[in-house]
Amino acid sequence: MRRTFINHLTELAKENKNIFLLVGDVGYNVVEKFKNYFPDRFLNVGVAEQNMTSIAAGLASEGYHVFTYSIANFPTFRCAEQIRNDVDYHNLPVTVVSVGGGVGYGNLGYSHHAIQDYGLMRMMPNFKIASPGDLNEVKSVLNYLTKNPQPSYLRLGINNEHKYTVNKKNIIPGKWYPLSLNKGHENVVLSTGTSLKWVMNNIERFKNKDIFTLPIWGMSEKKKQRSIASKFSSIITVEDHLYDCGFGSWLIESLQISGTNRKIQSLALPIETTNMVSSEENILKKMKTYN
Amino acid sequence: MSNKVIKKLANKIRLDLLKMIFNSKSSHIASCLSIVDLLAVLYGKKIIKFNPNKPYLSDRDIFILSKGHAAAALYAVLANVGYFSKRKLLEYGSDNSNFMAHASHKVPGVEFSTGSLGHGLPIACGLAVAKKRKKLSNYIYVINSDGEMAEGSNWEAILFASHHKLDNLILIIDYNKLQSFDSVENTLGIEPMKDKFLSFGWNVYEIDGHNYKSIEQVLLTCKSSKGKPKCIIANTLKGKGISFMENKVEWHYKNPNKIEFDQAVKELIL
Repeated sequence: MRRTFINHLTELAKENKNIFLLVGDVGYNVVEKFKNYFPDRFLNVGVAEQNMTSIAAGLASEGYHVFTYSIANFPTFRCAEQIRNDVDYHNLPVTVVSVGGGVGYGNLGYSHHAIQDYGLMRMMPNFKIASPGDLNEVKSVLNYLTKNPQPSYLRLGINNEHKYTVNKKNIIPGKWYPLSLNKGHENVVLSTGTSLKWVMNNIERFKNKDIFTLPIWGMSEKKKQRSIASKFSSIITVEDHLYDCGFGSWLIESLQISGTNRKIQSLALPIETTNMVSSEENILKKMKTYN
Repeated sequence: MSNKVIKKLANKIRLDLLKMIFNSKSSHIASCLSIVDLLAVLYGKKIIKFNPNKPYLSDRDIFILSKGHAAAALYAVLANVGYFSKRKLLEYGSDNSNFMAHASHKVPGVEFSTGSLGHGLPIACGLAVAKKRKKLSNYIYVINSDGEMAEGSNWEAILFASHHKLDNLILIIDYNKLQSFDSVENTLGIEPMKDKFLSFGWNVYEIDGHNYKSIEQVLLTCKSSKGKPKCIIANTLKGKGISFMENKVEWHYKNPNKIEFDQAVKELIL
């Protein structure tokens, strides 16, 4: 996903002269392409994520659309207040990019497990959360974000080089997108982010259900959910994130706000996984159903 | 503008902020008073390139008050140089007003909202890079408090600014030696501050932060010197201008009562 991200960002930056990439001393053998094309719109700020995020706010206030790029929790939790005060409150076009969303860096340990990041980024009123499920969605959400520069979070998986979804020309935030294999079932699975890979690897669990993705969501997209959800009899949300403050609970809150009581189950990571150091595949075996 | 006129401007700012803080029963009066003379020179002598009629003109210098708790001083100077009517200052600290008690970007002339310390200098680094990349010759000014220098994010920015030779960045440290609870020395000693900045690769200047001539001269020197970011350590007196507030920790938070207010007005009018 990260290579697709950099390649596509580089392509977009050829036309869009405002795109600026900051990296927090990560991206070896990945980000060089952008750096070589656009040395004037690239900076490695060093291992200093608080500074990186505030620098992004400063650059953005001068007209750039800034991407801050780092791993797991470093561009989010480490600099949460800079995101809140400097980017979100000033409504500046900064896209925070995290590589290794979920447990893609499973064996590297808890410091590298981004399993509470939705919870943090969901609390930012102006932020859109872009969590692509595959390579096609990486391109689609980037197209949207660069056409609509705004505070945003782009969560990339590390072990997902698949194409499950169809290309979407003009992606709409808050909208659910069906997979082409869907048969028109009333019972559906709604996945966001790279957990789509887990859904596809466990597709036998979801017989007689259609699969949807929700690639762009966030606080501002809650109101749209009622009319979409009302079309289905039951919904199972899927995320590679702790259940608490995650994607499933966002959907439940969204429907509660609008007064809809719909049967929702959530598949998410239980608390026990915070003590696991293992491969992504093994950690995701612990996915638990929350009713 | 002569230094006599700057003195009058500084006095007006002090009177304005005193009234604002007294009326709203808010804190940080001493933190405001220590930077008034710096602000009076920056804006009164037009060291900062600004146009109150076109506050968002792209060809402008940018000022960030990183010690956002001194917002009353900033609002007062902005009103006195024409960004908005002085009547607006009466809104300070009242319900639903943009003139909140920490610097707010919703007030014309305030570039960034601050209030949590350690944000202004890193933002200024981004602005300074942007100006350089766009080949604009504007300067970025930041005022930090001395206690604020304990925030680690400042030191990330101090490293960054010298590495990238951000000579369009001018940091002024309001070195009044007192923070909210005790002296800086007793809390987390910062000395030798000058040596710290020198070793980080900055140009450093030490001045009396209440001497108009020194303030003007050092700012002009900063603007003309090339190759390094600049730090001005401005030795100031917390509470400057109101005798019973000077160099007293409690006036970081305390709000003057009517008797104290009247006495302060008398001192400022004399």
